Amino acid sequence: MNKNIILCGVGGQGTVLASKLISSVAMEKGLPVMSAETIGMSQRGGSVFSHIRIGEGIQTPMIGEGEADMILAFEPGEAVRMLPYLKENGQMIVSAKEVMPVMAALTGTTYQGKEMLDYLALKVPNLVMTDTEKACQEIGTTKGLNVFLLGVAVFSGALGITEEELKDIIRKKVPEKFHELNFRALECAKEYRKEEER
Amino acid sequence: MRREYLMGNEAIAMGAIAAGVNVVAGYPGTPSTEVLETVAKRRNADIYVEWSVNEKAALELGAGAAYSGARVLVTMKQVGLNVAADPLMSLEYVGVKGGFVILVADDPGPISSQTEQDTRTFAAFSKVPCFDPSSVQEAYEMIQEAFAYSEKYHTPVFLRPTTRVCHGYAAVDIKEPGEYAVHIPEGFVRDTKRWVIFPKLSYQNHLNIEERNEQMADDFSAYHGNQIVEATGAKKGIATSGVSYAYVSETLREIEDVSLLKIGTPFPFPEKLALAFLSGLEEVLCIEELDPFLERELLRVCGKYHLSVKIYGKMSHHVKRAGENTRQSVKQNIYEFIGKEIEKQNVLSDAPQLPIRPPVLCAGCPHRASFYAVKQAMKGKKSVFCGDIGCYTLGNAMPLDMVDTCLCMGAGINIAQGIGKIEPDTFCFAFVGDSTFFASAITGIVNAVYNQANLTVVILDNSTTAMTGHQPHPGTGYTMMGEIVQKINIEAVLHGIGVEVVETANPFELAQAISCVKETVSKPGVKAIIFKAPCIAVTKPNKALHVKEKTCIGCKKCIRELGCPAIILKEGQVQIDASLCTGCGICMQVCPVQAITGGDRYE
Repeated sequence: MNKNIILCGVGGQGTVLASKLISSVAMEKGLPVMSAETIGMSQRGGSVFSHIRIGEGIQTPMIGEGEADMILAFEPGEAVRMLPYLKENGQMIVSAKEVMPVMAALTGTTYQGKEMLDYLALKVPNLVMTDTEKACQEIGTTKGLNVFLLGVAVFSGALGITEEELKDIIRKKVPEKFHELNFRALECAKEYRKEEER
Repeated sequence: MRREYLMGNEAIAMGAIAAGVNVVAGYPGTPSTEVLETVAKRRNADIYVEWSVNEKAALELGAGAAYSGARVLVTMKQVGLNVAADPLMSLEYVGVKGGFVILVADDPGPISSQTEQDTRTFAAFSKVPCFDPSSVQEAYEMIQEAFAYSEKYHTPVFLRPTTRVCHGYAAVDIKEPGEYAVHIPEGFVRDTKRWVIFPKLSYQNHLNIEERNEQMADDFSAYHGNQIVEATGAKKGIATSGVSYAYVSETLREIEDVSLLKIGTPFPFPEKLALAFLSGLEEVLCIEELDPFLERELLRVCGKYHLSVKIYGKMSHHVKRAGENTRQSVKQNIYEFIGKEIEKQNVLSDAPQLPIRPPVLCAGCPHRASFYAVKQAMKGKKSVFCGDIGCYTLGNAMPLDMVDTCLCMGAGINIAQGIGKIEPDTFCFAFVGDSTFFASAITGIVNAVYNQANLTVVILDNSTTAMTGHQPHPGTGYTMMGEIVQKINIEAVLHGIGVEVVETANPFELAQAISCVKETVSKPGVKAIIFKAPCIAVTKPNKALHVKEKTCIGCKKCIRELGCPAIILKEGQVQIDASLCTGCGICMQVCPVQAITGGDRYE
């Protein structure tokens, strides 16, 4: 099984932890895995990404354009930014909630998440849009966003990771006081998936 | 052996520990910082580790330890090597006893640096051998081999990974603690003919170094980090190194008739191996980042041996001459080279305009308050604001717009001095952070005081090295070994070097901060203002503020003047994003109608 996964979003949304969880599951399964992420200046409210590659024969964590099996986008505009990396028929899961650029109030930008989502709907046949605003309300905090989105990806089956494997790794890699929150986020993702199927 | 999921920099640290390193010193800088931090976290009690005050101090400490037979690792980013260049150039002539690896992380792009300088070129200039890992696993192994070569040839050596190796993660096979080398330093043995550099000794050692590097080049031709992957009957070849090797190698999987030369030791260049690679080929494409180092070397080899192989790369304009290589750019270079058409890419020409997200000062950052106070105090007065290296370089962004120059660590002080010499009617300011102050601003201030300059140094003291991830420094009161130590007092230092006017202010008390600036700048000579407030990223924030919508007149002064990411505009109404606001209160003090309230600072 070879998988190329891109996570993208805005600094502070929790893409790094989500990426660590995916690569740790792969490690536990004894699969070859490499990953890379944005570190440094752009972490402060900038566009951030993680590349994760799982499978035999990989030599670099960097994913080329048109090579990603899945893009897990934490923000609509960042999803569009990463779109050139998506494989034909690759899957994209995107959070519908936009994050305004920090200087939006100053520059008077006309940026709108909806415009991005409409564009994605046109371009990506295999697109899952998620109402993360609603999900975060149910979870009770925006801190559950990353595990919720990861959960949606897991329940889609496209990651090759099971619910149990993800729960196991959360127990191992995340401080105990956050377990409850993350499991709640996972439950939300499961419910969400069921509603989708209906 | 066991397998661990490690960042490249963590793997390098684990490699150094496995090689029996005794002393590790460095100065933080992206993308090198995590190497030293990992050594500090994973070391056994016998390893000494320190964040030095700058790269020069780290390298000199390393030299002393290596003279005494210790295995030494010194870490820095590429521009840090410029700071360490003085001791390094001489150290190469003197040589070492214990293995000495200088880790210099290069930053193609550049992603977070001032220059795209290439440590391979620095290696050739300084005559210091250089190792260039292409993957996280290779970096782990290479640093151990680098120590062995250093000891064998009594020379410091470079390990120069680039960002994608430093910050890439991989499952790495590493040694168990029981397999680590144990190295016990012999101690310093007095030998003035060896450790004291003199022109006569330098002449003799120069001869020795040139001869040694020829031997090393031969030695490297057989080193497993340098390899030819031959394709039978190939007329074309690709020469590459570092992370570009990984990109090339993945692309070549679908291509049969192209030979590959992978260079793991660019200096001294493994000439014999290169010659074997070139024989039979007609054209070679060099794919590398930063300088056209391999391209120059191959052209030299072709000239020396009268080969008629065509060498392409950056100098021939076949590969872009600046910036980072990507999987995509490398694929494109290779396809063009072999005359294969590249499949059409998913271009976004019809995409809606994407949001631009430049890095900004955090909500609640004390630098914003400091810059704003100086800006207000100097309104209408002819002023120039010299910046420096650190988070506060972001003070250049609108609406603060308070950085007129930025060059390198500590440079702002004497740039301000220089501008003042030509424009005596201008108020010259130099902004410098606390870590940069200790690293390289003190000598600049001494120079300004001694030479009767007229300028104001503004020290932005947030009690940490914020930009690189909050490392301790002489003003923080603790070391990387975990000791609690005496804080070096910035105010006392300034008094000690002859700065008579030293004012300390809290930038969040805006009115006082402004009047402090006004009073200070009116005095003659070199003056200093210390704006003291801790970095918000390592401080517990105050309660968030909010806007009283009925009171707010919608003038947007808070937005126009501060540029705080927590202040947002929603359907025409100014609001404060409670998840970002730290209650610093600066917007409260700017608001003309007291429409901002809350928090626990002023209630």
